[in-house]
Order: sequence, then C-alpha cells, then structure tokens
Amino acid sequence: MSEQIKKFMYLNRRAPYGTIYAWESLEVVLIGAAFDQDVSLAFLDDGVYQLVKGQDTAEVDMKNFSPTYQALGDYDVTKLFVEKESLEERGLTLDDLMPLTYEDEDDDWAEKDSIKVVSRAELADIMEEQDVMFSF
Amino acid sequence: MAIEANGKTFETDEEGYLTNLGEWEPAVAEVMAKEDDLELTSEHWEIINFLREYYEEYQIAPAVRVLTKAVGKKLGKEKGNSKYLYALFPYGPGKQACRFAGLPKPTGCI
Repeated sequence: MSEQIKKFMYLNRRAPYGTIYAWESLEVVLIGAAFDQDVSLAFLDDGVYQLVKGQDTAEVDMKNFSPTYQALGDYDVTKLFVEKESLEERGLTLDDLMPLTYEDEDDDWAEKDSIKVVSRAELADIMEEQDVMFSF
Repeated sequence: MAIEANGKTFETDEEGYLTNLGEWEPAVAEVMAKEDDLELTSEHWEIINFLREYYEEYQIAPAVRVLTKAVGKKLGKEKGNSKYLYALFPYGPGKQACRFAGLPKPTGCI
C-alpha cells in the first residue's frame, strides 16, 4: 500500500488510572494500526502498571480497559517492550503481567508472546532506531 | 437524539450510537435496522451477537478488518470476508453492525 514503512513507537510512562494518558495511548495505537506501519509499544516507569494482571477498577469508578491490551494482537501490534529496571524498581516480574500473545501469520499462525522484557540500555538502542515516537 | 423501541426511549449520540451501552436490548437493533431499511435475519444476528461478545471480552468495538479476521476464525472463512459482511450490513459491517449491537463506533474505523 504505502511504499515507505516507518517505525512508530508509543512510550507509556504513567500508571493506567488517575489520568487519561494510558487509555488515550491505547486508543491511538489501535487507530494508528490501520496505517500498516511498523508499530511497537514501550512500557517504562509507572507505565509498567498498565500491563499488570488482575486489575480491578470497581473502587475508582473508571472503566477497566486492561482487557483491551489482549486485542492488540488482532490489530497486528505484536511488539511490546517492557523495561526490566522499571519492573524491578516496583518489585514486579514478568509473572505479574498479563500474558499477551499474537498469532504469527508467517509461522503457521503459531501463538507467540508479544511482551519482551528489555534492559534500559537495550530499550535506548531500540528507541534510537525509531522514525517517530509518541510519548504518553 | 433518541430512538423508541419496545415502548421505551433510548438516548443516542449524533451519529446514532447508543449513549448508554448497558441499556441495549434486541428491540433496539430491530428499530435501528428498520430505519436503515434492513430486515434482520439470523445471519445479521450472528454478527451482532459476535460483536457483543467481542466487546464483552476486549472492551472495544473492533475495526472492520479486525472484525473480518475474527469472524473468519470463529464462524468460518465463507463469512470472514468483506463481501459477505457488506452484503449483510451495506453501511459497513463495523459502523452499522456495531450501532445495531449497541456498541460505540469501532476503534480504528476512519
């Protein structure tokens, strides 16, 4: 369709509730997914809380949108980088996060993990490769 | 804006989507379809129910290409294509079917 594919990265640095940033970011990602670009998401600082499993928003009176992250694979958004240091600083590990997967069209629809834990240094290198960054 | 169905009034936004998703009942879809000159068949309901389940699970109304793919996976290839879905919902399977299903406008439909 388009001859030039750009690398788009969405940075998520804030806790999921309390502000509208996390939900807005997710909506922009889903809308932007229609443009066939090379999309990745990064979760760092308090942004790692967006992916924590077992979210319950009953007492804060906000919509629990965490199930929507499961739809990212359907939208062909399959690269979610989570910063290792941000997890550690908050006493979290990969096991505390929702398992998010996608089906790889080029590998007989094998189910693969979307989340990849990377170090701060690795994430810096990945950011360096991007054409466009959106920070939320 | 508002529509009348089953003796009740349902508030809608300026594009005709239900304001309060929790109020939905099948009669809403019937009335909306009639306004679009459509008669709902079991094939329509299959897609409407599918959308409601998708929303229940993911909390979003899927974009049309995502819907097409997901329908193909769940209901079979002969239904997971735009020709079949547009024949059922001529104003767009994403927009029109989501409206009938009481969902918001699909995320990622431009």
